[in-house]
Amino acid sequence: MKKSNIIMLLAAILPLGLFLFPLWKITLEAPQYPTPLGMYIHINDFSDVNPHDIKNINLMNHYVGMKYIPDAIPEFKIFPAGILITTLIGLIIAFKGNYKWFLFWFILMMVLSSAGLYDFYIWEHDYGHNLDPKAIMKFTNPDGSQMGFQPPLFGTKDILNFRAHSYPRLGAYFLGLGIAASLFAYLVGKKTHKKP
Amino acid sequence: MKNIIKSTIAMLSVLVAFTSCNNSEKSDSKSGALASNVAEKVYVAPGEHDEFYAFISGGFSGQLSVYGLPSGRLFKVIPVFSQDAEKAYGYNEETKPMLNTSHGFVPWDDSHHPDISQTAGEIDGRWIFINGNNTPRIAKIDLSTFETTEIIEIPNSAGNHSSSFVTENTEYVVAGTRFSVPIPQRDMPIKDYKGNFKGSLSFISVDPEHGHMDIKFQLIMPGFDYDLSHPGRGKSHGWFFFTTYNTEEASTLMEVNASQNDKDFIAAVNWKKIEEYVNNGGGTMMPANYAHNVYDESTHMATSTMKKEVLTVNPLDVPGAVYFLPTPKSPHGCDVDPTGEYIIGNGKLSSALTVHSFTKMLDAIENEKFAGDAYGIPIINFEDVLAGTVESSGLGPLHTEFDGKGNAYTTFFISSEVVKWKLGTWEVIDRQPCYYSVGHLMIPGGNSRKPFGKYVVAMNKITKDRYLPTGPEVTQSAQLYDISGEKMELLLDFPTIGEPHYAAGAPADLIKARSKKIFNLEDNNHPYAAKSEGETKVVRDGNTVHIYMTTIRSHFSPDNIEGIRVGDKVYFHVTNLEQDYDVPHGISMIGANTSELLIMPGQTETFTWEPKQEGVWPFYCTDFCSALHQEMQGYVRVSAKNANTPLKWSLGEDIE
Repeated sequence: MKKSNIIMLLAAILPLGLFLFPLWKITLEAPQYPTPLGMYIHINDFSDVNPHDIKNINLMNHYVGMKYIPDAIPEFKIFPAGILITTLIGLIIAFKGNYKWFLFWFILMMVLSSAGLYDFYIWEHDYGHNLDPKAIMKFTNPDGSQMGFQPPLFGTKDILNFRAHSYPRLGAYFLGLGIAASLFAYLVGKKTHKKP
Repeated sequence: MKNIIKSTIAMLSVLVAFTSCNNSEKSDSKSGALASNVAEKVYVAPGEHDEFYAFISGGFSGQLSVYGLPSGRLFKVIPVFSQDAEKAYGYNEETKPMLNTSHGFVPWDDSHHPDISQTAGEIDGRWIFINGNNTPRIAKIDLSTFETTEIIEIPNSAGNHSSSFVTENTEYVVAGTRFSVPIPQRDMPIKDYKGNFKGSLSFISVDPEHGHMDIKFQLIMPGFDYDLSHPGRGKSHGWFFFTTYNTEEASTLMEVNASQNDKDFIAAVNWKKIEEYVNNGGGTMMPANYAHNVYDESTHMATSTMKKEVLTVNPLDVPGAVYFLPTPKSPHGCDVDPTGEYIIGNGKLSSALTVHSFTKMLDAIENEKFAGDAYGIPIINFEDVLAGTVESSGLGPLHTEFDGKGNAYTTFFISSEVVKWKLGTWEVIDRQPCYYSVGHLMIPGGNSRKPFGKYVVAMNKITKDRYLPTGPEVTQSAQLYDISGEKMELLLDFPTIGEPHYAAGAPADLIKARSKKIFNLEDNNHPYAAKSEGETKVVRDGNTVHIYMTTIRSHFSPDNIEGIRVGDKVYFHVTNLEQDYDVPHGISMIGANTSELLIMPGQTETFTWEPKQEGVWPFYCTDFCSALHQEMQGYVRVSAKNANTPLKWSLGEDIE
């Protein structure tokens, strides 16, 4: 087996780390929470960082009319299937294909990941902006528009008394490493193809 | 020129003289700038934790208070033997059974001696035990919740004072009677006390896993007053020592008649020997009637069981199990040093302390060096058991604790001071005044094999001018001394609740890591719990109505209830759905003849309400829980006795 195919094999397997480790973490800090509230986002579920965190996030958020973080969202069915299918494609390519297919897989993964991130953004936006009109507390921006409570997609942001952090976790690094490895496999394959 | 130099020198020397004089004044008085040095030693910065927990008994308040050391800050008052409206203890349906006794519901007691559970002679921070003096009881407090979880009544006992001290693996908690009484109780002339009244020493076994208490046996002793007690340690493990007074067996004008004998006794009890005797079927089962109350953390409810018999042991039936050690002048305190060798008996009417040697005691027993017997129990020769005497000019020695470095600290009630002395040489090292009239003192772990000899807390009965006056009743208080050096140093005064009778202390790390933050809703097995708003309901059963209610920030569910009738007995079973640390909710109902409830996250509690008037009556949350606490309220509609208003309950219906 060629060196580039071995790298591609690795690239296809790495995203499976998403089934073992969380993809993302959102943390909410406030003075009343000496232990911050936190939530992991997995490929197929949300989970508490400390026991009951999601319940307590929901309790906090209902004051401004945010929806309850659902037990399951459709993405949690689509994402795992997507990862399994792309891994399968990656494996087939690694065994059968030449280096040009590696680039195809790289592009496919980039597109799908971007779509996933966009979907996450849309969900966050809806979660932070589509508020209950009967909410107990209503806040407006200086320009008079309704204030949104969308957590950042990536990074840190102050939302009222909370400081929200949103950062990728180990699962995301596995995915990223897999994607990067496929590009590397392509470049290695291209180089060895040119040599003779 | 010379003159100028001369006068300058003269001026300088005057200045130096003044300055140095000033300096020496400062260092002597220990006031002013130097006092801040003491303040620093007790200063615990905002957000920082104290190094030790101190559990100080509330004496006649019946409770146990929790303080931090060295700050002296009060954290909590744990209700034990007295009803507490703040926490609904003894008021809510769940904890009312805790105060049940053979005399009925007794909502008060006099709590005296807390003692922390031990493993291998070292405090383990799992439970704390405390005695109720008046209606003899022993309570167990779980240190993961800081709640009273068990109370056992002691039959054949009165003035349960020589309690509740634990053996070195918490095998037993002891409960010795201060007042001897007829056993079993009967109608008889008081003047026939002598020879007829008896004293019981109860050994309560503690389940090593759950801490459940059970009276294993009662030793039925001669009718003296059993004042204080202490288990053996290390080499004397297996023995228990009790001071006695009124060996005269007087029943009237005790201050005179019980102070006639030059020497009373310390009773040395080999409990291992009696345990063996009992395990082999020894002892006599005697009819009795006493309550055993257990709080179950899973159902959040207490149950009270009446027990009908108790195993009694006549000391004469177990040869070699009990001996008397003569001890001068009505000994009060009874303390054993961390090695287990020295038994200190403080003759409260003398100035000297009598220290017995455990080794010499065993030797005297072996060689049968007895001076006689009392009711058949051998009395060891005073000289054959005496280890030494601490001669000091103090008056009224009471109690002794140890620092683990070979020093002992004894309080003197009459001369109002703490005296530090050395074990073995019996020399007095230091003495510090107390303000005023000190009773017990406490060194964290000072009642175990491993004292943490950094601080001593003196517990004073009288404060007079130490604090701002509060009318005729002024606070009793504790005083904190630094004992890390050769000399003791007074660091802090702090007020206490009730009478700070005795205390137990432990390093904070031993307890705080195990402290519970919430009750898991899934583990709540209360029969009337509603674990979600979907489970809330109102159920009528004749004239009894059960309301299954929930609380969460910031509403009750249901908050509108109709169909209640005058003369109903309404049970509010309220479950706090929160699962976040430090978010309790309260509830109170207008006209309810009880207290509010204070419900911890995940917990269910119940109060009763018997409406007497028609109308629409509000209830509300009593603990400021959230920004919308003030809106956390609801109504109950009460109709006439014969009305047929349908039973209805709702939340948020009208707004839809």
